[in-house]
Amino acid sequence: MSLSQLSTKHLLGIKYITKEDIELILKTATEFKEVINRPIKKVPSLRDVTIANVFFENSTRTRISFELAEKRLSADTINFSASSSSVSKGETLLDTVNNILAMKVDMIVMRHPAPGAHHFLAKRIDANIVNAGDGTHEHPTQALLDAYSMQEKLGTLENKNVVIIGDILHSRVALSNIFCLQKLGANVMVCGPATLIPRHIASLGVKVEHNVRKALEWCDVANVLRIQLERQDMRYIPSLREYALYFGINKTLLDSLNKEIVIMHPGPINRGVEITSDVADSGQSIILDQVENGVAVRMAVLYLLAGRVG
Amino acid sequence: MFLDMEQGKLIISKERFGLTIQRLCHQILERHVHLEDLCLIGIQERGVYLAERIKNQLVNMLGSQPFDYGKLDITFYRDDFRRRDTPLKAASTEMNFIVEGRNVLLVDDVLYTGRTVHAAIAALQDFGRPSSIEMLCMVDRRFNRHFPIKADYKGVAVDALDEAYVRVRWKEYHGEDQVLLFSGKSDS
Repeated sequence: MSLSQLSTKHLLGIKYITKEDIELILKTATEFKEVINRPIKKVPSLRDVTIANVFFENSTRTRISFELAEKRLSADTINFSASSSSVSKGETLLDTVNNILAMKVDMIVMRHPAPGAHHFLAKRIDANIVNAGDGTHEHPTQALLDAYSMQEKLGTLENKNVVIIGDILHSRVALSNIFCLQKLGANVMVCGPATLIPRHIASLGVKVEHNVRKALEWCDVANVLRIQLERQDMRYIPSLREYALYFGINKTLLDSLNKEIVIMHPGPINRGVEITSDVADSGQSIILDQVENGVAVRMAVLYLLAGRVG
Repeated sequence: MFLDMEQGKLIISKERFGLTIQRLCHQILERHVHLEDLCLIGIQERGVYLAERIKNQLVNMLGSQPFDYGKLDITFYRDDFRRRDTPLKAASTEMNFIVEGRNVLLVDDVLYTGRTVHAAIAALQDFGRPSSIEMLCMVDRRFNRHFPIKADYKGVAVDALDEAYVRVRWKEYHGEDQVLLFSGKSDS
């Protein structure tokens, strides 16, 4: 029998939810996608729910996407960003969150630079927690919207080959994607310079490849990650130009393959570095579909967590 | 009084079932002179079974389909979200028309508390401002209403205790067309 509610109270990471949970979220997102394409894009489901968006790390896309999802579900929202708050005065994470909850907030959508910050909170507070990114650990809603976008394009992910290209070491998107794709039955490969691939990543059951051409020949979908300029604290790559030369995806490379693969990117794009403009803006790319689907998927996550009984 | 808890009491037999659908269609035609203004909308999931049947019967009688037909899911509009024992799963809404200025006919299998219809009316507002909304149901449990909502067309009226439940069965999905009354609480 198919589930009608999630097995978990929080969305801390894809690792901690089941295949059935993922399928329920994706199915529900399909209905929300229909809703957000109506002339009136709003439903009243969460009208008695208050959600706090707590961002200890900068974000534009994810925060706007969550905020839109909340508004289209008729939830009340408050926004909190660390830079303009008491965190800069030395308040602890738990105190900050407890203060927000004392104002009767039901759910917390949080981004935090420390991996595991959400787990720490989940053990200490009652509200539902949605992880909007914790350091280099997980970014579950991104993985869900990626899976949704791939499913929309390919039908099923069962036995499909997906390669994640780029900075795997610093990427929470990569880790969440690996868990999510594997749970949905896809084969996953990571590709990038050896310095940006975690040493024991093969133990997760993913293939490792350092040659982009070989990776593209193998795959049905290429999810191209951003080179995280802010996390280049030591020199992982000699130069952006060299990275673009060896690992950048360009039209010539794609045209030389004997098949058409799907190109994805979680954004923001460094045009000309990991992906060229002619690829990012081509018909093969579903980058903007990912953004649209992000709202529907986040609506599904918030709706299902809020509706969960007990 | 009840034959069997498992079997339920037969309210509409398969012989009468078809006649009832035919009568409902004639009543619709009698009231709607301008069929091009009509939007026939089934409420997911069970209302769609009936709406589908009504639509096919009307098309049979008219030889064409001058009216619009859609399916409406009201899960996101329910007033018992976060209050039910078991959450409901959403079904799909398929309405590729707007209802602005049209005459909407909502279809559900059983009209009971009226809460589903109330949610459906709220959901319809998102598709425009209809000039009128009517309600058609196979079974009208007329003494169990929570809201001031009535059916304009009904297959049969049933007076039953709150504990009882009525189930409409469909040939396509359950093997036989019939309406049954059970004395116990519904499992869904």
